[in-house]
Amino acid sequence: MDFLNALVAFANFVFIPATAYGAQLALGALGVTLIYGILRFSNFAHGDTMAFGAMVTILFTWLFQSWGISLGPLPTALLALPFGILGCMALVLFTDRVVYKFYREQKAKPVILVIVSLGVMFIMNGLVRFIIGPNDQRFADGERFIISVREFKALTGLKEGLAFKTTQGITIVTAIIVVIALFWFLNRTRTGKSMRAYSDNEDLALLSGINPEKVVMITWLIVAALATIAGTLYGLDKSFKPFIYLQLLLPVFASAIVGGLGSPVGAIAGGFVIAFSEVMITYAWKKVATYVVPEAWAPDSLVQLLSTDYKFAVSFVILIIVLLFRPTGLFAGKSV
Amino acid sequence: MKKLLTATAATALMAGTAFAGGHGKEVKIGVILGFTGPIESLTPSMADGAELAMKEVTDSGLLLDAANVISVRADSTCVDAGAATAAAERLVTAEKIDGIMGADCSGVTGAILSNVAVANGVVMVSPSATSPGLSHANNEDEGLFFRTAPSDARQGVVMTEVLMEEGLKSVAVTYTNNDYGKGLADAFQAAFEAAGGTVTISAAHEDGKADYSAEVGALASAGGERLVVAGYVDQGGSGIVRAALDSGAFDTFHFPDGMISAKLDENFGSEIDGSTGQHPGTDSDGAGKFVELVNGAFDATSPFTPEAYDAAALIMLAMQAADSKDSADYKLKIMDVANAPGEKILPGELAKGLQILRDGGDIDYEGATAVELIGSGESAGNYRQIVVKDGATTTVKYR
Repeated sequence: MDFLNALVAFANFVFIPATAYGAQLALGALGVTLIYGILRFSNFAHGDTMAFGAMVTILFTWLFQSWGISLGPLPTALLALPFGILGCMALVLFTDRVVYKFYREQKAKPVILVIVSLGVMFIMNGLVRFIIGPNDQRFADGERFIISVREFKALTGLKEGLAFKTTQGITIVTAIIVVIALFWFLNRTRTGKSMRAYSDNEDLALLSGINPEKVVMITWLIVAALATIAGTLYGLDKSFKPFIYLQLLLPVFASAIVGGLGSPVGAIAGGFVIAFSEVMITYAWKKVATYVVPEAWAPDSLVQLLSTDYKFAVSFVILIIVLLFRPTGLFAGKSV
Repeated sequence: MKKLLTATAATALMAGTAFAGGHGKEVKIGVILGFTGPIESLTPSMADGAELAMKEVTDSGLLLDAANVISVRADSTCVDAGAATAAAERLVTAEKIDGIMGADCSGVTGAILSNVAVANGVVMVSPSATSPGLSHANNEDEGLFFRTAPSDARQGVVMTEVLMEEGLKSVAVTYTNNDYGKGLADAFQAAFEAAGGTVTISAAHEDGKADYSAEVGALASAGGERLVVAGYVDQGGSGIVRAALDSGAFDTFHFPDGMISAKLDENFGSEIDGSTGQHPGTDSDGAGKFVELVNGAFDATSPFTPEAYDAAALIMLAMQAADSKDSADYKLKIMDVANAPGEKILPGELAKGLQILRDGGDIDYEGATAVELIGSGESAGNYRQIVVKDGATTTVKYR
């Protein structure tokens, strides 16, 4: 029995990766939930908005790298992130003017807007692949690890190693900062309050003199910032490939719906629920179990509930369970 | 009018007889390789290798009636059977090729073979499809399919020998989820367990994902002294190695042929020092001759490049032996020119081989990879064993 080694193995293979992944999903789901709450449709183009923002960030990162600018141990991408956000803001405002505004004035039904966003998704996806190509792009630089397996083993003398990547650390820290800033904005500022009012009751908000166009614009700007940050963090931590973001759309939506569409707290909770269940259900627990149970009971099999191929299936099963028993999501958002 | 008709008919008849002999002035060989996709870093030099043989034959002016050998390239994509079949179909029906040098990956090779090559009766010689599933014991290929690469059943045995000599008794295996990966992983597991080793886990991974930490988590949990990565270096294989290194799950790896390329050193450098691997290759006289012949025009030691040269050479030598560029005729001659008896032919000596065949003699094509076709027409298999030392793949020996 060796709880310390079990704990380290658990942290290395489950807790740290799942927390970083959960933070990325939560940021993505926040964007989806804001659009749903305020503009009242499911934005399927969100995954590719993330890809576009990340792409602009990558282009600026390369530019800075060619100029020899770096942040020392931190990735240069952090410096390029504000430019990526600006690029992404320009794109979403442009699509809003050209596409969504027309349907908003028509008072189109949400289902029409969903299909419209699907079209926008394909165009954005094509645009990203056209500009940067369909392949893997690596843009991470700086220190790779906050603590690497070898350092950890030398430090503690434990049999199991623990790796904590710089990108994972940055992901978690950035997510916390962004979430705090967002909640402060929504709860404390006049614009934030008007956004929540518009979300709660559109007609009443209009009667009390809130400018709807301004609310819509601010929403898009916040969503663009969230999407770019989420996309860049995901690309930094894993790797950037345009199609990956299309696949990421599924767990992001699952997170938003599980948490309750339209509820920012729900989006964050949903992100972590989905991430942890994906990782924990597909993880082979043999290693951890061998440390914890008495030697005679040590398992021969892998103690793996589902093969890793079924990772995405896990998010859908949770989604279905939540929709069956609590259609408004864990944090009572709008029902779908 | 009547005269014109007779004249036309006569001309057509004459043209017909000329072509019936198979002595067109032109021989077209399709080069179907995955110029895009998971082994795109390997294919350019493979195609160059094949085209080098074609150029050599054209320059000699000895094939059939001093035929001009033309290469027609097409993209197999390595993974998309539909796209590969369409590309091959186009070459056969529109370009009217006389033989196929390709395809590269096992899955698309099987698709092209059954949908295009057998359907149209075109000979196919693959330089790199290694799945045991392509060994046609019962003539399902109608004698049209050959390969200058050995079956992975053989690679599985060689891998076992390498690992056993390193003193490793238990390994974890991950393979790319397709015909190549599954075939190789199964062949290896059978051979390794027969030799007394243990495979702790044999798990598939999908190509084209951003994150392999979950897959590596399962592999790490199963344990093993080394991780065998039967994947592609331009795809998930590298992702698995990266995730395994990052999480400290494995320090050393064993790489079969799909993983060994200059890209591997570039991606990981000295991080994977001590890792081992093997890919088809030989230190026979032919291999050295081939490097000389290429003379730095492209990377002559890149995996499957010598095999591609040999595949193209075999097609043309068999045409000469059969005195016909018709697949139905020369498919019978490929085994004859590849194996003993006869005069040994090395790279750069294709003209000599063509001359001997024209004079009615017999040749034993050795080529760049010591070609010896066995069974239903596949290479017996020589392998180059490598080890990663100071961030560079270095040759240990040939076996």
